[in-house]
Amino acid sequence: MRLLEYQAKELFAGYTIPTPQGLTSKDIEQGRKDAARLGFPFVIKAQMAVGGRGKAGAIQKCHNSDEFELKYPEIMQKVVKGEKTRAILLEKMADIKKELYLSLFLNRSKRCYTIIASAEGGVEIESVKNQIIREVGLGNVDSRTAEEVGKEMGLKDKALTQFVDILQKLSKITVEKEAELAEINPLAILKDDSLVALDGKMIIDDNAMFRHDELRKFQEVSELEERAEKSGFSLVELDGNIAVVGNGAGLVMSTLDMLSDNGGKPACFLDVGGGATTDTVYEALTLISKMKKVKGILVNLYGGIVKTTTVATAFIKAYDNKLIDVPVFARMSGAEADKSKEMLKGSRTKMFDTIEEAINAAVIEVNKNG
Amino acid sequence: MADLFDLLIGKEGDKDYKKKPVIVQGITGKFGSFHTQQMLAYGTNIVAGVTPGKGGQKIEGVPIYENMKDAVGATGAKISIIFVPARYFLSAAVEALDAGIKLLVAIPEHVPVKDALTIVDLAKKNDAIVVGPNTPGVIIPGIIKIGIMPASPFKPGNIAVISRSGTLMYEVSHNLTLANFGQSICFGIGGDPINGAPLIQAFDTIRDGANIDGVVVVGEIGGDAEEMLAQHIIDTKFDKPVVAYIAGRAAPKEKRMGHAGAIIYGTYGSAESKVSMYAKANVPVAKRPAEVPMLLAGKLGKGRNK
Repeated sequence: MRLLEYQAKELFAGYTIPTPQGLTSKDIEQGRKDAARLGFPFVIKAQMAVGGRGKAGAIQKCHNSDEFELKYPEIMQKVVKGEKTRAILLEKMADIKKELYLSLFLNRSKRCYTIIASAEGGVEIESVKNQIIREVGLGNVDSRTAEEVGKEMGLKDKALTQFVDILQKLSKITVEKEAELAEINPLAILKDDSLVALDGKMIIDDNAMFRHDELRKFQEVSELEERAEKSGFSLVELDGNIAVVGNGAGLVMSTLDMLSDNGGKPACFLDVGGGATTDTVYEALTLISKMKKVKGILVNLYGGIVKTTTVATAFIKAYDNKLIDVPVFARMSGAEADKSKEMLKGSRTKMFDTIEEAINAAVIEVNKNG
Repeated sequence: MADLFDLLIGKEGDKDYKKKPVIVQGITGKFGSFHTQQMLAYGTNIVAGVTPGKGGQKIEGVPIYENMKDAVGATGAKISIIFVPARYFLSAAVEALDAGIKLLVAIPEHVPVKDALTIVDLAKKNDAIVVGPNTPGVIIPGIIKIGIMPASPFKPGNIAVISRSGTLMYEVSHNLTLANFGQSICFGIGGDPINGAPLIQAFDTIRDGANIDGVVVVGEIGGDAEEMLAQHIIDTKFDKPVVAYIAGRAAPKEKRMGHAGAIIYGTYGSAESKVSMYAKANVPVAKRPAEVPMLLAGKLGKGRNK
């Protein structure tokens, strides 16, 4: 789960990492009240789960109420790299002397947490120069390590003391909230040499959410994705018109690739998972039927533990209940595949021996129907 | 590090040669009992199960113990497979490693990263191999199956398959079998960001196996395991044919594609990055699973990794 900036900062504040004074709203009426409480000038920041907001004009300075009335609605409407604005943070401007970079993240290849810090922050991590990198096991950072990193960045006196404190607090948040990433970029040194987190990004381990009820309020999943999760399958909504269904994340990804290679446009990624039953597959078809954009369904099953007949039965039930009215192109291999083919004979499900053939037919048919 | 083939098969002359004893943790659950039956049917020598509160009973003819210490004490098994729900995984795995298990197959999906890291550390200290979590397991076709994979895609032979995905391991092995390439071992490393045996380690445990003419690596987007493996193949001058497949070329960025580990951030974890590193290591990448046997045949035809 990726937290929005204001959510990450709410966690930071709970651990007394300094952040600028700010207020978050979801409509302009609340925004006006926030503006009055905060007082001009301030920064209007779109809250969206994507980097590069500044360049895209989703973060702008605001000096008076005329500007506010123009800029607030404009930023509310922003879409950056496909991400919409979900809320607006108004934040007091800071008197910045220097911008640093600081993050703690799960390093997959080293299988440990790793600190990245730099005295040259404020740009995206890919462009951060002179990175100082330290591996820190399960994420705990002692004061000695924090001080070494700070000194290597050229910090001293008040700024160094504050940096050590902030890094240790960031480490505490990472460990206690089970984050895969906690990033402050920029971490600003102000004119008076105090440090403040001007931005915040956190990604929480979804699999650890059962231990973190306190973070549930930040969870924002689409209704469809939530229903999918409850039934034990994974659903990712995409932009195209052919729903892709299969068992196993790898197999469904592979099907998505082949469909795209052949000019098809996937409407969703739906993995019914290893423990699929007729009921869960039926639920999956129900979710697909709610996606208006879907003009065809592509099914790729490798029947092993989940028998293909389990899936075929769900399709027949879906036809009986008039749940699906789009053509279905299916390849079923493995356990009880022949029986499934027999069951679906004469239905609107066209069966193919290979996934390549199923994809060709799906692309031709869906394109023909526009 | 412990020797995988020695653990799974043993040496000729051992009294349990090709009959290595295996313990099932969570044996009375729906999933655990079903797969115990399947593994027994394949010929896997399951000697004990563990379910707290059910010690003394039997299931599928297999005696159940209260804990791993008792089960290992009674059987001397060095291999265990875990079927408990993700939230109980950590305690089950600690119990297994503390009891002296040297090969732990971790089936559960949705294990928190922190718990996986804790087990990685403990396994290092104990010189144990952890397969998974979120893995279909390991199979040596015709000899031993420790996992949830169906038996039908696999047949004995000389190609090793290492996979980050379960169904793709079945799909690719099925295609290999159809093309008459049997498998010496199929190793599912798991779909999570943290693997007990990451790609390189899995590769190293099988690379010197006696019956290996070539290796197929089934990968997917996310992380940089494929890139590191490619570099490792170059650095260690591995000269047997290697062929790869990568799923997720069409996946959007910053979306988890079913597997916790299958996610792209920026260019980190992208398919392009993996394909270009493989090219440097002279490893061809199939566009689709059905292409794997063709590429492999091409490589084997030329003999060594040329």
